[in-house]
Amino acid sequence: MQATVGLTVTRYRPEQEAEPTIQTYEVPFRKDWVVLDALNHIKDNLDGSLSFRWSCRMGVCGSCGMKVNGTPKLTCAAFLSDHLPGPVRVEPLDYFPVVRDLVVDLSDFMRKLKAVKPWIVRRVEQPPGEGEYLQTPAQLDAYKQFSMCINCMLCYSACPIYGLEPSFVGPAAIALAQRYNMDSRDQGAAERLRILSAKDGIWECTFVGECTKVCPKGVDPAGAIQQYKLTGAAHWMKSVLLPWGTR
Amino acid sequence: MPHDEAYQHDVLIIGGGGAGLRAAIAAVEADPGLRVAVLSKVYPMRSHTVSAEGGAAAVIKPGDSLDQHAYDTISGGDWLCDQDAVEAFVREAPEEMLRLEHWGCPWNREPDGHIAVRPFGGMKAERTWFAADKTGFHMLHTLFQTTLKYDAIQRYDEWFVTKLLVDDGRCQGVVAIELGTGRIQAITANAVILCTGGCGKVFPFTTNANIKNGDGMALAYRAGVPLKDMEFVQYHPTGLPFTGILITEAARSEGGWMLNKDGYRYLQDYDLGKPEPRPVLRSMELGPRDRLSQAFVKEQEKGRTLQGAYGDYVHLDIRHLGEKLIDKKLPFVRELCLKYVGIDPVREMIPVRPVVHYMMGGVHTDIHGATPLPGLYAAGEVACVSINGANRLGSNSLPELLVFGARAGRAAAARAADRRRPGASVLAQALDEQRRLEQFLGKAGGKERIAGLRDEMHQIMEQSAGIYRTRGALEEATEKLKGLQERFKDLALDDRSLTFNTELLAALELSYMLDVAQAIVHSALARRESRGSHQRTDFPERDDARFLAHSLAYRAEDAPRIEYLPVTITRWPPGQRVYGR
Amino acid sequence: MSHPEPHYTLYHPRWHRRRVSVWWWLQNRAYTGFVLRELTSVFVAFFAVVYLWEVRAVLQGPEAYAQFLARLRSPLFVFLHAVAFLFVLFHAITWFNLAPKAMVVRLGGTRVPDWVVVGLNYAAWLLLSGGVAVLLLRR
Repeated sequence: MQATVGLTVTRYRPEQEAEPTIQTYEVPFRKDWVVLDALNHIKDNLDGSLSFRWSCRMGVCGSCGMKVNGTPKLTCAAFLSDHLPGPVRVEPLDYFPVVRDLVVDLSDFMRKLKAVKPWIVRRVEQPPGEGEYLQTPAQLDAYKQFSMCINCMLCYSACPIYGLEPSFVGPAAIALAQRYNMDSRDQGAAERLRILSAKDGIWECTFVGECTKVCPKGVDPAGAIQQYKLTGAAHWMKSVLLPWGTR
Repeated sequence: MPHDEAYQHDVLIIGGGGAGLRAAIAAVEADPGLRVAVLSKVYPMRSHTVSAEGGAAAVIKPGDSLDQHAYDTISGGDWLCDQDAVEAFVREAPEEMLRLEHWGCPWNREPDGHIAVRPFGGMKAERTWFAADKTGFHMLHTLFQTTLKYDAIQRYDEWFVTKLLVDDGRCQGVVAIELGTGRIQAITANAVILCTGGCGKVFPFTTNANIKNGDGMALAYRAGVPLKDMEFVQYHPTGLPFTGILITEAARSEGGWMLNKDGYRYLQDYDLGKPEPRPVLRSMELGPRDRLSQAFVKEQEKGRTLQGAYGDYVHLDIRHLGEKLIDKKLPFVRELCLKYVGIDPVREMIPVRPVVHYMMGGVHTDIHGATPLPGLYAAGEVACVSINGANRLGSNSLPELLVFGARAGRAAAARAADRRRPGASVLAQALDEQRRLEQFLGKAGGKERIAGLRDEMHQIMEQSAGIYRTRGALEEATEKLKGLQERFKDLALDDRSLTFNTELLAALELSYMLDVAQAIVHSALARRESRGSHQRTDFPERDDARFLAHSLAYRAEDAPRIEYLPVTITRWPPGQRVYGR
Repeated sequence: MSHPEPHYTLYHPRWHRRRVSVWWWLQNRAYTGFVLRELTSVFVAFFAVVYLWEVRAVLQGPEAYAQFLARLRSPLFVFLHAVAFLFVLFHAITWFNLAPKAMVVRLGGTRVPDWVVVGLNYAAWLLLSGGVAVLLLRR
């Protein structure tokens, strides 16, 4: 078993350089280590100027998304032993602007998330004191999968449409909109329809399917989008054939 | 630094986790005209609330009562809880949790559609609501997505607070660094709420995320606010070795067993009841966390724990629960074990050991979330109200975020109603702080490394402020920590840039942690008794005559000054904690 | 070659935006497969055009039709049809494999597993193809 493994890391220091560069480090190889452990070793012992995001290191906060050997991954869940013999290529997520080293700017997603109204919309709010809105386990299952999104952005980084057409709402935002559409307590599907069926909404998606492949939480955003296409198309047909009934 | 109207708010909330987001919503709902802002060093959905797994307790089932929840909490806290706060907490928790349900939180349900509950450690009745085993994740995302509804809530994402601005006897805002650009800005407000979470990263082995550095605790401490009950550090009995990743208490409440190296359910030797095949409330594996962690140490002393590459451990056995139940109620546990230990808990036993998990202590507040400093509030793990006393029961901290986040939000909104302007001297303070930071960043040379000082701090805390403490180790720790604070002045930084400088961030976080560590160790030294999670081998008994009081650690020149504040007792006079009988 | 200067002004770091290469679809197998799948629409259109041409030939009378058939027998058209057939097959297979993503069927509360949906699609395809084959090859 090898004692060390190489990490080839993208660096970008906007105060010093105009273009990103590449730096190689040699880190100890431990079979328990994930790529994040290797990056922290670099930061603690070799080069304190390497910047990257991380927090929970257990795959639930979504901070540490980066490209490892070309594939978007959570670095806290990517074991070094799966990438032997190395060197392991670590790059910032695709299709987002790079702020510094491995840190990308996420403000585009944050805007899109707000735009799809990811909250429960009710015509009439029942006061909490009157008890819970009833929801059977089957009704919970209808949207549960889409609620597992940790906003890690791996899906955006895998979606070539988002890369070619940055105004595309994107997989995670649509999956979260669907999560609320399918929630039996929500009554806001009509409100979300407008933004989702707009030009930059679901119809921009051509079902490449990579988003679902890289999702670390099994959310299946591609499925959410295709299912919503059926809903959106049905709604459009109803609005054309029965214009008075679609209010 | 000119003062910009854009950086003047009515209510400024530091920290975007469960408590911070709930406070923001409470503030705008109390007064829709308020300018409310949430400032966080990470995007809100990265806050550590996201990692909570097991559940959140609130009384809704028949056969349960508020008094019972209160008694469980108070006895679980070894009578160090302020009972008026506990009564308010158990009374408001159900409505807060139902409000969260109305906001979309996907609580697990019974077949008829009502909220499902599960048993949890130290609770006499089943009252822990849960969302699979990712309760904190669902609560945080529900809260965050709900805050997006309110245009009045402005956010400062990835800004880091370095100082509280205090003038004229009140808190008037903060100085913060915008991480993405390095700009240092004074943000003024009529009320500031600290919701920055706990300080688990002061210890080497913890379930906590990298961001839990006691930021808010240190900020308040440096502003003259006392830190209460800092010696009470909760060790969660079941964390994975090496990573410290949390294996939720729910694994035990669904029926998991804790076994030593002989396959023996060792908890029965520690006055926690007799082993039954099904879980019995307040007994054995459903005992309180402090007692279970202490049992591990005793087993270790007897040589009955297993030895591993990363230290001693015992086994958590959930094989007998069956694959179907595990996939339905504990899917995340299975995922974590498969990924990080390479074992399938359906077929093998999980290696676990106690790890630091929660800080019962924190910034001293009253039951409305107000600190002794006017204009400064605190809620969540950063605060100590205290409802958790000497030991927190599992599934009490998530409802605490909602109840006290809402209370602090409302209190801050009421205070901010007069719309006062910041004083001129506040901006002068901010300029001083800017100069200090620029000097810190620009200082050449230095020979200490952040990682080196941090590792030494970890060693000191592990040895002195562990599950069992002695006077000698604590005294040595106070000296060593003082030494580290001196050496911190000679820190060398590799990264001098202004753009997303995470090394600068780590250095500032380390300075916060050193302050907090001092408070912990000094408070532990002063409390000459054993209570809940603070166990002194030289004072093994509980001493209600002298120490039925909260310790208050005030920052002072040489070492923190420790004072005492009596516990508020209303209806439950101090008694014995009894489990398993 | 000299290094370009950074366009940095104090507190305004220039974000680096990466251009998506026109050859992005060659980056990995999944992307290439996707583009090929999308290209199959061209060959489906080809079949449609040939069909329309056939209809026109039928309407023009038996001579025109015989000419049409002769054209189709030429090596070029046989080759084109073979290629088109492979692409259309690829189109059908990828379509069926993706069907369960869009079609979520629930029976009694539980979701029908993906392989059942895919299997049913293939089964229906085989049945229909079988029926058409019987009709055409009879006599």
